[in-house]
Amino acid sequence: MTNKINIFRKFSGVYPVIIALFLMISTHLSASEPQEDAVVIVQEGDGSHAIDPHAKGSEKKMDISAVAFEHVLDAHSWHFWGEDHEAVSMPLPVILYSNVKGLQMFMSSRFEHGHASYNGYSLYEERIVSENATESVYDFSITKNVAQMFLSMILMLWLFISIANSYKTQGLTTAPKGKQSFFEPLIVFVRDDLAKNNIGGKNYEKFVPYLLTVFFLILINNVFGMLPIGANLTGNIAFTLVMSVITLIVTNLNGNKHYWHHIFAPPAPKAIWIILIPIEIVGIFTKPFALMIRLFANMTAGHIIIISLIGLIFIFKTTMASFVAVPFALFISVLECLVAVLQAYIFTMLTALFIGTACADHNEDGAHNEDDEAVAVKHH
Amino acid sequence: MIGSIAAVGAGLAVIGAGIGIGQIGGHAMDAIARQPEASSKIQTTMIIAAALVEGAALFGIVVALLGNNPQ
Repeated sequence: MTNKINIFRKFSGVYPVIIALFLMISTHLSASEPQEDAVVIVQEGDGSHAIDPHAKGSEKKMDISAVAFEHVLDAHSWHFWGEDHEAVSMPLPVILYSNVKGLQMFMSSRFEHGHASYNGYSLYEERIVSENATESVYDFSITKNVAQMFLSMILMLWLFISIANSYKTQGLTTAPKGKQSFFEPLIVFVRDDLAKNNIGGKNYEKFVPYLLTVFFLILINNVFGMLPIGANLTGNIAFTLVMSVITLIVTNLNGNKHYWHHIFAPPAPKAIWIILIPIEIVGIFTKPFALMIRLFANMTAGHIIIISLIGLIFIFKTTMASFVAVPFALFISVLECLVAVLQAYIFTMLTALFIGTACADHNEDGAHNEDDEAVAVKHH
Repeated sequence: MIGSIAAVGAGLAVIGAGIGIGQIGGHAMDAIARQPEASSKIQTTMIIAAALVEGAALFGIVVALLGNNPQ
């Protein structure tokens, strides 16, 4: 045992050297790519062209916010790498329903990255606009975020069905191996520390599937968003809106008598009911609203920070800036990995907490019962 | 005047986050110093409270992003 520690001590001086070498090589590689004159070019009169932040031109300042928002927002094609004409990107289906022309489906490659219009529709800043001003178009396309969602759904289905099958074939008493051994602690954590602690009581198990779905969906999509070729799904406010609406529905459908009693007839002096009841009613909606905003803002802000830090290299137009920017961006990326897991945990924990307060069993709480009985006696 | 007032708003929101999370961290360190055995519980609670405070500050940042009017 001491032999191993001594050998470790002898070689441990090598690690800082390796890290320093890695940082220097990575900054050299990232800076030695041909730096275009990072500019913003104003389009020639035609309003349907989006501002192209990668175009070459005169010496205007680099518009980092345009690049950052292009990365965090949804798009009709999945862009992997490359700029302009040597861009490697995958076009995605565009599905439109218009009240004039009916259902239309075509690939987004027809738009040629916003430079062409097809069948009376053109792409303006990744939104479909129609040439006919009176036509209203409903966009049901498979955009990058939707494709990402399908991908993560397929991944989750494969993962959890195969884990469940391995429990079926091996039985519950053999040691887990493979994917099982990675996911079992997480699943047991959600069941015990989140569901049982916060919901408790006799019926916590019926909420565990929903909590597990929420936890793993947010976790897997957060991790996908961190990858360079991934899409920022959890930073899409429509996605978080739907998740928080489902939480709202699940919470309020399972509200028991005490929960609604607390909202519409709170155990407080009747004089302040006039203020308290509207606050309680608004409180039903603000709690899922906060869930939505928290997840969306954390993910979007994190991606914008990373892109802005790397964009510092382009703002200062010098290789030396990369010695500052890349370690910073590395630090923030590690922090974002923590935030990815943490936000999944927080969303799930707060959902469990809200469900717990909605279907809480008040029989154990003696003092609370007396309040309820006093209020009930006053009413009847 | 260069820039937009939305950036000033976002900066002000971050002051609140900084004060809040700083207080949480400080009190957590006091608690761990008093009772080192409970340090893992305290650490978990600290992380949860920090995420909630950060959520509140991010409300401000989201409004700043919404209200940003680039010239």
